[in-house]
Amino acid sequence: MTSPHPFAAILGVLIVALTIASGLIWYERRLLALWQDRYGPNRVGPFGLLQVAADMIKIFTKEDWIPPFADKPVFVLAPAIVIVTVLLTFAVLPIAPGIIVSDLNVGLLFFLAMSSLGVYSVVLAGLSSDNKYSLLGGVRAAAQMLSYEVFMGLSLMGVVVLAGSFNLVKIVEAQQKMWFVIPQFLGFILFLIAGIAETRRLPFDLPEAESELVAGYHSEYSGMKFGMFFVGEYLGVTLISALIAILFFGGWLGPFLPPIVWFFIKVLFFISFFVLLRASLPRPRFDQLMSWGWKLMLPLALVNILVTGAVVLAFR
Amino acid sequence: MLSVLRTMWGVFLHTFHHRVTVQYPEERAYLAPRYRGRIVLTRDPDGGERCVGCYLCAAACPVDCIALQATEDENGRRYPEFFRINFSRCIFCGFCEDACPTYAIQLIPDVEMGEYDRQNLVYEKEQLMIDGPGKYPGYNYWKVCGVEIGGKGKGEAEREASDTDLRRLLP
Repeated sequence: MTSPHPFAAILGVLIVALTIASGLIWYERRLLALWQDRYGPNRVGPFGLLQVAADMIKIFTKEDWIPPFADKPVFVLAPAIVIVTVLLTFAVLPIAPGIIVSDLNVGLLFFLAMSSLGVYSVVLAGLSSDNKYSLLGGVRAAAQMLSYEVFMGLSLMGVVVLAGSFNLVKIVEAQQKMWFVIPQFLGFILFLIAGIAETRRLPFDLPEAESELVAGYHSEYSGMKFGMFFVGEYLGVTLISALIAILFFGGWLGPFLPPIVWFFIKVLFFISFFVLLRASLPRPRFDQLMSWGWKLMLPLALVNILVTGAVVLAFR
Repeated sequence: MLSVLRTMWGVFLHTFHHRVTVQYPEERAYLAPRYRGRIVLTRDPDGGERCVGCYLCAAACPVDCIALQATEDENGRRYPEFFRINFSRCIFCGFCEDACPTYAIQLIPDVEMGEYDRQNLVYEKEQLMIDGPGKYPGYNYWKVCGVEIGGKGKGEAEREASDTDLRRLLP
């Protein structure tokens, strides 16, 4: 069942998602400042909210430079991919009953597919820049995505087994009695870690790694192309937070308040959690990241599927 | 793993800490009376210039930001013809204040000297001179020094014994 007004839904989701993503520039800076005993941007407009506008004006009027040694078509295309793939995933997110762009029966698989495509953006950006730091960032991104993609999908299979569907609306509706975070706590932890790695946020920002690789894959980017990577990253944070809320915390379900309010409360909570991670944790070494991914997370995800499947079979 | 959670909890607790930022234009940090900020030239309690144009401040200045030219008035009292401090060079070290034998040059706790034009940071004597005696209210160099100027002869300064009469034989 698709929304009765598809264009209104598309426009609404687009506007809300992009507004949240740009608002996160301000929100993250204020929150980081709070945890570092500072104020953060509080001068431009009420509570510094217009800082977003100032940043946008700045980034749009900056020189948009393409290095002469870069592979131009790929270089231009790369930042668009990250935005497109993330925004496409927003189409399958059930925000509240009836507010969904496309009620896809394989919504979860669609999300996994799109997040796998998103890595092309980073890899191609690193490759086309023809810069050793960018290339190192791109290589790291490829390896990180490969290893975290695998158990990201596997960690969600427990949820799929419990709900009996890949459809995100059905998954939310299956949580009427109990949020999936309780029976699927291990799956939740695994998906959280994979989600952080997927959005390339600290502590898993190895492709970017300012302290090692200048700015990693987007070292050579400037102006709005650089801005696209950032908006893409914030969109990714919003997306993963929304998915955590939908898959493990009952999506729009909650007492008293209207469903859409519950959904946004939950999303905001996980966005804040992402910022807290950035404020508190250091970046692991690259080989540590890989060995945790393959030697710890993957076996745990497999055990999770095995146990969940066995329990569901036993109580059928 | 436990240390990761403990770190996150510790950082989260900072939500309830007070913030260390001083919101500058609205609230200002306290600057001690001896804070080394803008340089001023002070006057005697009776209103005359204290500076005697000895060049010691200019010599002490590590960045050579002080320029002056000494001259004398009709009473034989030395004073600077011009006195110029280039505050775009000044490092506010206070050596000039230490070097000054007459307490004329002093640093005060004022740091708000921002300018859009670099030329405006070159202060002339009119901008440097203040009306009061600064940190040494009672001090008047020309009243206590042994130098002879118009209106004050040898041995007439405060706490100064009158000249010895060399022709007297008494002990």
